[in-house]
Amino acid sequence: MASEEKLFLSIENLSQSFSGLKAVANFSMQMEEGELVGLIGPNGAGKTTIFNLLTGIYAPTEGSIIFRGQKLNGLPAYKVAQRGLARTFQNIRLFADLSVVDNVKIAYHQHVTHTALSSMLRLPGHFKNEKIMGDKALELLKVFQLEDKALEQAKNLPYGQQRRLEIARAMATEPKLLLLDEPAAGMNPQETRELMDLIRWLRETYKLTILLIEHDMALVMGVCERVYVLEYGMLLTVGTPDEVRGDQRVIDAYLGEEAP
Amino acid sequence: MSAEFIMQQLLIGISLGSIYALIALGYTMVYGIIQLINFAHGDVMMVGAYVGWYCVTVLHMPFLPALLTAMLACSLLGVVIERVAYKPLRRSTRLAALITAIGMSFFLEYGMMFIVSPQTRTFPPVFPQTIYHIGPLIVKYGDIVIITVTVVLMTLLTLIVKYTRIGKAMRAVSFDKDAAALMGINVNNVISATFAIGSALAAAAGVLVGVYYNTIGPLMGIMPGLKAFVAAVLGGIGIIPGAMLGGLVLGLTEVFVSAIGFSTWRDAGAFLILIIVLIVKPTGLLGRNTREKV
Amino acid sequence: MRWTKYLIWLAAAGAFYALTLVLSNAGFISRFMLMTMVQICIYIIMALGLNLITGFTGQLSIGHAGFMSIGAYAAGFLASTYGARVSAALTEALGAAAGGAVYYIFILATLAAGALVAAAFGVLLGLPTLRLRGDYLAIATIGFGEIVRIVLLNTKALGASSGLPVKYSVGWTTAFWLMLLSVVLIYNFVNSSHGRACISIRENEIAAETMGINTTKYKVMAFALGAGLAGLAGGIYANHMYLIHPNSFNFLKSFEILVMVVLGGLGSITGCILGAVVMTVMNNALSAFPEMRMIVISVLLVVMMIFRPNGLMGTTELRLPFRRKAAGGKEDVTHGL
Repeated sequence: MASEEKLFLSIENLSQSFSGLKAVANFSMQMEEGELVGLIGPNGAGKTTIFNLLTGIYAPTEGSIIFRGQKLNGLPAYKVAQRGLARTFQNIRLFADLSVVDNVKIAYHQHVTHTALSSMLRLPGHFKNEKIMGDKALELLKVFQLEDKALEQAKNLPYGQQRRLEIARAMATEPKLLLLDEPAAGMNPQETRELMDLIRWLRETYKLTILLIEHDMALVMGVCERVYVLEYGMLLTVGTPDEVRGDQRVIDAYLGEEAP
Repeated sequence: MSAEFIMQQLLIGISLGSIYALIALGYTMVYGIIQLINFAHGDVMMVGAYVGWYCVTVLHMPFLPALLTAMLACSLLGVVIERVAYKPLRRSTRLAALITAIGMSFFLEYGMMFIVSPQTRTFPPVFPQTIYHIGPLIVKYGDIVIITVTVVLMTLLTLIVKYTRIGKAMRAVSFDKDAAALMGINVNNVISATFAIGSALAAAAGVLVGVYYNTIGPLMGIMPGLKAFVAAVLGGIGIIPGAMLGGLVLGLTEVFVSAIGFSTWRDAGAFLILIIVLIVKPTGLLGRNTREKV
Repeated sequence: MRWTKYLIWLAAAGAFYALTLVLSNAGFISRFMLMTMVQICIYIIMALGLNLITGFTGQLSIGHAGFMSIGAYAAGFLASTYGARVSAALTEALGAAAGGAVYYIFILATLAAGALVAAAFGVLLGLPTLRLRGDYLAIATIGFGEIVRIVLLNTKALGASSGLPVKYSVGWTTAFWLMLLSVVLIYNFVNSSHGRACISIRENEIAAETMGINTTKYKVMAFALGAGLAGLAGGIYANHMYLIHPNSFNFLKSFEILVMVVLGGLGSITGCILGAVVMTVMNNALSAFPEMRMIVISVLLVVMMIFRPNGLMGTTELRLPFRRKAAGGKEDVTHGL
């Protein structure tokens, strides 16, 4: 019983099929609070689908997702976010035409307490909430070294900064579990190292639990404590980075992908 | 309601539905290829009716050459519209393309009004006014022509799409434009061909409407255009058999709504069907569900 | 401090209003011009509402005239059915002057009622249809506009196809101040956290939802507000025009309002005001040449979409030149205004 209560995230027999094709099959995983876990596997193994299932973008065909004692599957995405799950996207999905600071403010919106009417009439509640929101947003931008870009349009940022802004925006929802979908994609080794430091720092500072998808093995091996390996929508193995690295099946899975 | 009465309404419904289906095909083909609701399509039909009228009254052509001339003229018009107005917008937002299409529609309507005046014209009788009595059923010569022309054109279209090079290219482009281009298909030509064929079908529908209802006017394309679009959505937009089915269902519904005494509510019925279909099954009767990739 | 800006703007609006009164009394503004100005106010309110739905929230609606007609008929029906009785009772009870003033409040109440009924229809249409995307929603709204028109054409209690006569009781004063109120409310809305929630749906619906925005709620809110404004504009129209007819609120009207918003700039408040002014003036100037008018509008629109698809203003706002540099920096980031 005690261990049940302690479970932070528990996924049981999760399955998802798209018109007959099984993208994820009987996937189960457990995470404890404060862990930093990696999810790896060849392209098309179903990693992003699992993120989409976790965040409520897809409703799973079968299985259950229990987050801090509450069932998540079946909830719309915005409710999942309000329960404390935030994510970034593999193909960046910023609010491209809006300013950097507005991107972050929008993610903070679920925490405001004033009504639309009080904004339209500019009642005190509006100013109070907007002030708090602005301060929080600037604070986050400072952490992510984006404060001097606050008023620029998000689409005008260089690629690496867009990726960082995605994480900053996810942090503004004040999550308990952060899902990062290939955060280092397209970054050079220097940027990747900085990202690793940032991830560790976020986790320490905000007492975060993090699940990340990544192809950059240096990053996965460098920061993750446990790694889940997926192949063809199914769990291949799970273990510490060292265990996984030595596993012949994992090597085959990746090499098999390269073979013609 | 007697069985004869129902049969009679069925016949009228099929005639009307055939016309909707002919227009709906153009909507559905264009949507299948470039995901654009070509609002100007109903007005292409109107232009077709005017060309047909001109051929019959001024050039004294018989029905079939007039029909073919109208189809040819409108397929050219369709290609020009696409090249001038839609092609520059192919990479822009859906909203911009849709608004352009609506703009094009008004341009055709009021441009035509400017040229030929807003008055309606009478289409001279091109067929013998023969009425056949098949059992208790009254069949006009015009009904037979409409249904025959529709069946012939639809068969032709099906053959083109299934068996010709351009038909195969069309299907490839509608499936994946970029991949088709990489396979060496000239996407621009395929899009032009789609507009040409769709517009020709609309022109045929326009001439048939003129012949059947005897009057034509510059705004005659709006309502049939909107309703043909409803038919296309009803059948499943982008699906050719869907447009045929949707047209027939819509034509029959309208005729029966009128027959039971609600003729002033007829148009509301069509739009109500539209909203219900959109809410219940937005992919239409024959459509399959797709989801956005995240 | 935060109110001084408002007071300055209010004083400017008041001065403008006083100027129009002086000019019209002196005969420099003709009755026809004053009528055009009322029309401009009506279309600004319409365009604001549609801009909120289409420009800010990104939901394409081409049935806006439907909401306008609902507001016009609701307000017009109340005024024409109860107006005479209310007016007589008030004059008897309070005398002509005070009774007239209270009667004006009654007329304002009918306008509010029209706006509320239209907003309710906005919610009614929005709830089931807002999960439709892009083109499909546009088509559903066209269908809605047409259904409203046909229902009105067939409703005997509302005059059916002969139209509903409504006594003239709203002029420039009411139209101007209600327009100003609408502009301020909508400006305040879009420049707030709730407004940004709407904009985030336009920018990227999936990301918005994932960041905890209840997208359905905000789409319905935008629809209700936009429809409510259209209803308000319809009420002003009904009380200004002597007679309302279902066919004045057809697809063409919906389209004209869309053109105003698109020309001015989807997502720009000053843009749609500009669009409403330009289009109304052009419509009246070309009213003797109806075909030419539509040809000009449609060519303008197509050319605009090809060369400047975001409208004259895009999503930016027109600002007075001396303010451009003055703000900026940290204040702009944190301030709610």
